[in-house]
Amino acid sequence: MTAATFSPRVSPIAGLRHSMTLAWRTLVQIKHNPAELIDFSIQPIMFLVLFTYVFGGAISGNTGDYLTFALPGIIVQNALFATLNTGMGLSTDLQKGVFDRLRSLPIARFAPLAGRIVSDIVKQSWALALLLGLGVVLGFRIGTDVPSAISGYLLVLVCSLGFSWLAVLVGMLAANPEKVQIFGFVVMFPLTFTSNAFVPTATMPGWLQAWAKVNPVTILADAVRGLWVTGGGSGPALQSLLWAAALTAVFAPLAVRAFKRRT
Amino acid sequence: MTYAIEAQGLVKRYGDTTALNGVDLAIQAGTVFGLLGPNGAGKTTAVRILGTLLRPDAGRAVVGGYDVVRQAHQVRQLIGLTGQYASVDEALTGLENLILIGRLLGMSRAGARARATELLRGFRLDDAAGKPAKAYSGGMRRRLDLAASLVGRPELLYLDEPTTGLDPRSRNEMWDIVRELVAGGVTVLLTTQYLEEADQLAGSLAVIDHGRVIADGSPAELKARTGAQILSVRPADPAGVPVALAVVAELTGGVPEAAGGTVTVPVSDPALMPAIVARLDLSGITVAELALRSASLDEVFLSLTGQRATPGALVPEKSAA
Repeated sequence: MTAATFSPRVSPIAGLRHSMTLAWRTLVQIKHNPAELIDFSIQPIMFLVLFTYVFGGAISGNTGDYLTFALPGIIVQNALFATLNTGMGLSTDLQKGVFDRLRSLPIARFAPLAGRIVSDIVKQSWALALLLGLGVVLGFRIGTDVPSAISGYLLVLVCSLGFSWLAVLVGMLAANPEKVQIFGFVVMFPLTFTSNAFVPTATMPGWLQAWAKVNPVTILADAVRGLWVTGGGSGPALQSLLWAAALTAVFAPLAVRAFKRRT
Repeated sequence: MTYAIEAQGLVKRYGDTTALNGVDLAIQAGTVFGLLGPNGAGKTTAVRILGTLLRPDAGRAVVGGYDVVRQAHQVRQLIGLTGQYASVDEALTGLENLILIGRLLGMSRAGARARATELLRGFRLDDAAGKPAKAYSGGMRRRLDLAASLVGRPELLYLDEPTTGLDPRSRNEMWDIVRELVAGGVTVLLTTQYLEEADQLAGSLAVIDHGRVIADGSPAELKARTGAQILSVRPADPAGVPVALAVVAELTGGVPEAAGGTVTVPVSDPALMPAIVARLDLSGITVAELALRSASLDEVFLSLTGQRATPGALVPEKSAA
């Protein structure tokens, strides 16, 4: 047996190519299972329509004003929930043995993780565009300029990337995908609801207001409102980026360590 | 002598459980090596270490001249892994699964597609190429799984219990495929719980139990050492059992056992059968049943470890009455 011709490591370019191939793998699944597309499209649509027409009038006096206030919040809430897909997908791959197959191949060690994250960002931007488009149909208007609108869009993507490290960690630690979902219910629900994503915080008890004020969901929702509706918003946008950076700094190393240990 | 795989003193612990307790293996290039053992013996752990999926706690292993820990990336360029745990993506079609692997191995789009199509045809999966893998039967899934590990034309193939849970027909198909691969020069490491499978495919064997290799050699050597066949005699009249015991003991030189009116003894020479029939006839014993069957894995363990197998575990595999 010859022991000469094999390269000792993966080049960064090859690693990037492996990641893109694995991102394709996740996205091409939608073709066979269009229900998945409906899965991550229908829930945000329902939230948007129900919140606007059921709560909107009661909260803001009329549905139009509420939509202007709540659409950024609903977009943020949806983006955070969607990060759970990353964790659930990874957990499923672990359970089914797909990772064993991938890890026995001469590919970059980070590629399975990076591929999953890239494909989920693509799904995120789809859901974001869908919600924004539907919002416009229902009467939402961008009150600022195009660069601000694009900045808001990118800000949500960057922040959901920060949050997705938490989901990766949970996906690696959870015994199965269902446990990831339970985590989502127990952590993401309170996190998104104790913010000003859906309602102004003025009527909340003082202690809750104090929390809602520093809740990253509030900060990100305010940033998007500023960038899309009221103008300004660079303050909360900066804070959101700091949050994203902090989440990444804390959870990315933990997630990568857990990933290495589980796989 | 060139070894495709050499392992020395492999140890792997999970908490208090010792999965591997000092395993040595030497596998010659171009052969099928069978790792035989019951569930939980440590077979899969050994394969995972040799496949770079696990690091050993102690010991070292060299695959194709490369160290599995320090030169894992090179090892991965040599091996294909198929097994209980390495799986295909159920949501992708058979074709897409194979294209995915080809692309990850650096093939062009067209090259990956051509290789995938070729393998699907070779494994009689071309009709199902466009169907998601979750719609495949058990046998089809294993074939796809095996095809996936062959995309890169590996020099070494690890098959971890490739036929567990398959019906006899699919199992035979799998065996034929393995034989073809070996004829093409591939070195195969096969783990199995079935003595018959190891016997059918492997040129040499290691029997593993509680994380240790307890015997190795060719199937013939192992059989000779363990008395791999079981002779059983049932006199028509239970009163004839003591005489049958004496005859069998004398002719086989073994220590027969009597249970339920049947006398059994491990034998290594099937030619004894006619002699035993003749002697029993001379002694005036009418034989209601006479059978020679392969020893089950339990019986091989019994002779290797000296530990008693449970009577319920003695399942006849083939009989000649």
